[in-house]
Amino acid sequence: MLQLTDVTVRYGDTAAVDEVTLALEPGQVLAVLGPSGCGKSTLLRAVAGLEPLTSGSVSWAGADLVGVPTHKRGFALMFQDGQLFAHLTVARNVAYALRLRRTPSARVATRVRELLDLVGLAGYDDRLPGTLSGGERQRVALARALAVEPRLILLDEPLSALDATLRERLAGDLREILHAAGTTALLVTHDHDEAFALADRLAVMRAGRVVQQGAIDEVWREPVDEETALFLGYARVVRGDAAARVLASGGLSPAYAVALRRSALVVDPAGDLRAVVESARVTPEVVRLVVAAEGIGPVDAVAPLGSRVSPGDEVALRVDVTRLAVLAIAAGG
Amino acid sequence: MRRIAGLLLLAAAPVLVLGVLFVLPVTGMVAEGFFVDGRFAPGAVLDVLARPRVHRVAWFTVWTSGTATLLAVVLGLPAAYALHRLALPGRAAVRAALLVPFVLPTVVVGVAFRQLLGEGGPLGFLGLDGTPVAIVAGLVFFNVAVVVRTVGVAWESLDPRPGQAAAALGASPWQVLRTVTLPALRPAIVGAASIVFLFCATAFGIVLTLGGVRYATVETEIYLLTTTIFDLRAAAALSVLQIVVVVGLLALAARLRATPDPTAQRTVSPVRAVRRSDAPAVVATLLVLGAMLLPILTLVLGSLSVGDGWGLDNYRALTTVGDNQALLVPVTAALATSLRTAVDATWMALLVGAMVSVIVTRRSHSVAERRVRSTLDGFFMLPLGVSAVTLGFGFLITLDRPPLDLRDSPLLVPMAQALVALPLVVRTLAPVLGGIDDRQRQAAASLGASAWRTLLTVDLPVVWKPMLAASGFAFAASLGEFGATSFLARDESPTLPVVIFRLIGHPGEMNYGMALAASVVLAVATAVVMLAVERLRVPGVGAF
Repeated sequence: MLQLTDVTVRYGDTAAVDEVTLALEPGQVLAVLGPSGCGKSTLLRAVAGLEPLTSGSVSWAGADLVGVPTHKRGFALMFQDGQLFAHLTVARNVAYALRLRRTPSARVATRVRELLDLVGLAGYDDRLPGTLSGGERQRVALARALAVEPRLILLDEPLSALDATLRERLAGDLREILHAAGTTALLVTHDHDEAFALADRLAVMRAGRVVQQGAIDEVWREPVDEETALFLGYARVVRGDAAARVLASGGLSPAYAVALRRSALVVDPAGDLRAVVESARVTPEVVRLVVAAEGIGPVDAVAPLGSRVSPGDEVALRVDVTRLAVLAIAAGG
Repeated sequence: MRRIAGLLLLAAAPVLVLGVLFVLPVTGMVAEGFFVDGRFAPGAVLDVLARPRVHRVAWFTVWTSGTATLLAVVLGLPAAYALHRLALPGRAAVRAALLVPFVLPTVVVGVAFRQLLGEGGPLGFLGLDGTPVAIVAGLVFFNVAVVVRTVGVAWESLDPRPGQAAAALGASPWQVLRTVTLPALRPAIVGAASIVFLFCATAFGIVLTLGGVRYATVETEIYLLTTTIFDLRAAAALSVLQIVVVVGLLALAARLRATPDPTAQRTVSPVRAVRRSDAPAVVATLLVLGAMLLPILTLVLGSLSVGDGWGLDNYRALTTVGDNQALLVPVTAALATSLRTAVDATWMALLVGAMVSVIVTRRSHSVAERRVRSTLDGFFMLPLGVSAVTLGFGFLITLDRPPLDLRDSPLLVPMAQALVALPLVVRTLAPVLGGIDDRQRQAAASLGASAWRTLLTVDLPVVWKPMLAASGFAFAASLGEFGATSFLARDESPTLPVVIFRLIGHPGEMNYGMALAASVVLAVATAVVMLAVERLRVPGVGAF
């Protein structure tokens, strides 16, 4: 299994990756989630052996990988934009690693067919990468990475180059393929949806450091601080008395702060929070509101479709406790 | 249609210039052979092509050029990698040093090699003086820079990620090179090779100084046929043969030269630290550098040796006309003429070159328009490969009567040199202009900028540095131009390369020493200009 211990990568005076310690069990998919520039891609490249470590160690099954060049690590790396070899056909791209290993050509042909089937591109053998769509290119890149059953597959924002609908579809496929192949994977991304779609475990990275890690639902339910909460898709954080008020309304004990999703407050005549509607916007599923809640301040809320609410109306709100996260400590850890 | 009309109107001036100063002389020269007593008689020309000597000359040209091209590519690739991809200390200086031979006057290169390989030279024991090996070595020396530049520029803008992807899939560095990097570089390599072959096949000064009459290439044969044997028909036949081959090669090179995608920014990947596995490339680079410096060093030492000791006598003698009245004017006067001529040639080449570059790089809106542009592009590249000797002689026989009597014009030589430098200017400016996203111009226009204003706000800020670099390049090239100049320079106002050639040909030890000293002066002048150009850090200079 993969073990990172105090991995540090410095460029001059700045530490792009700062003492990161992570572990990954076989068959697991770990997502490293962080904003752009947080050092997550550098971390991935360091694992791949493309970036020398300043200090710390990367090891696999207990063996330190220092000095092992990229091509001897057996970790397949899949780039954001696929990085297919433009001068080779799809089949040749997929077969690339097999040919390097001098696999007999009959075996190569079978394996290529298998893999193209797996990624849903049967019959694309003779196409050139230039003629494929973005999603197709990513699938080919995936097939190419899986060809020699790497012990670890490294994914660099595998879906972010794609448009929204395609991303959703490919995310499902990718997860299925990774699980079907039983592949261990390390994924870096800035998009929490991508992380949730693919990973079992999550590590949140900020300014070169891992600020939180754990099972994905655990991290999701209990973000370690305000910034992490906001990055994970929580819409607002309220503190102090306001937080106490929200928590009390939901039947929870007071805490330093609480992070709210946009649907944490629901318009309900039986609710015990009072608010004045500031704006209302109809979406396909709910009516989204911004309200000024008494003793809390401006927050987001939702109302069922068809409710007649307009700016200036007074409404009652109830708290949906599954859509908030209690924060125990102050900002920035 | 209106766009094409406008394009042609814009192109009219440079086309006219090239028409009068290039097409007219060259066709004049060729016609000289085809017309006998005013009648069209192509048969005689074809007969020439059947002569055994012509076959020998053609074969000699092909094999020396082919060998030299191959060697230049083999030697140039490791250097291109080491100097453009690795964080080698002093690599900017080495890059500049390797570019110097390319602009070094051919005559100087010839003299340097004779000094190196001749009797008493450091490598005299090899007995290579006056052999084809010496000619090939000279050609390689001259052209390695082209490979290093062209391939190096392509290499440094090569995305490193496909290679990393291959490495992650288990490819060793050697396998990455073979399966990913070289295929990606193939257009640059083949493009560089075809240009180098072109330069080798039309090389004049080197072959003439190193090969003499014994080993003639098509180019020197044309020279001998016109100036010594006065067999214009044979010369014309060879010119036609040469033009056909050159046009074919240029078309090939243009096809392989990747047209820059105007929406894609050229990125230069950062150099990386030298690893142990880079040792072969670094060693090869050092060897190439050493091989480049050796002839130059020998030349400098030769120029400083006087009798049994050292001294500056050869340099002091540059103010004289040499032993036995070898020259009509002192060498220093020739240097002054050279500099004056080069200034004139530079502004001419720059003026026409800038116009051509703008014309060929503007985005085409229709297939027909693109076709017109690429035809123009090819047309303006022609002087790159057409024999400078043909051009020079053509000038003499076509521009000698009204309304175009330029024989006594002081601008005759600069004009010929400007034509020779024109492709260099275009190849420096066009990629830069082509790299500007056309949407920038559209944005400027949509904000109310006139076409002229757009040029000033969008193009000029990007292009002024390459302009400066191109003018330096043109200046250096015209400073060393020998082929055309040797025909056109008047005896009482020769340029420095012409004087050097005359000095080597004249008996007298002082004359040879003076030739060496004058070569050093000329080499230093061009080297200084090229170092200044290199400091501008324009990526494409010297790349084709």
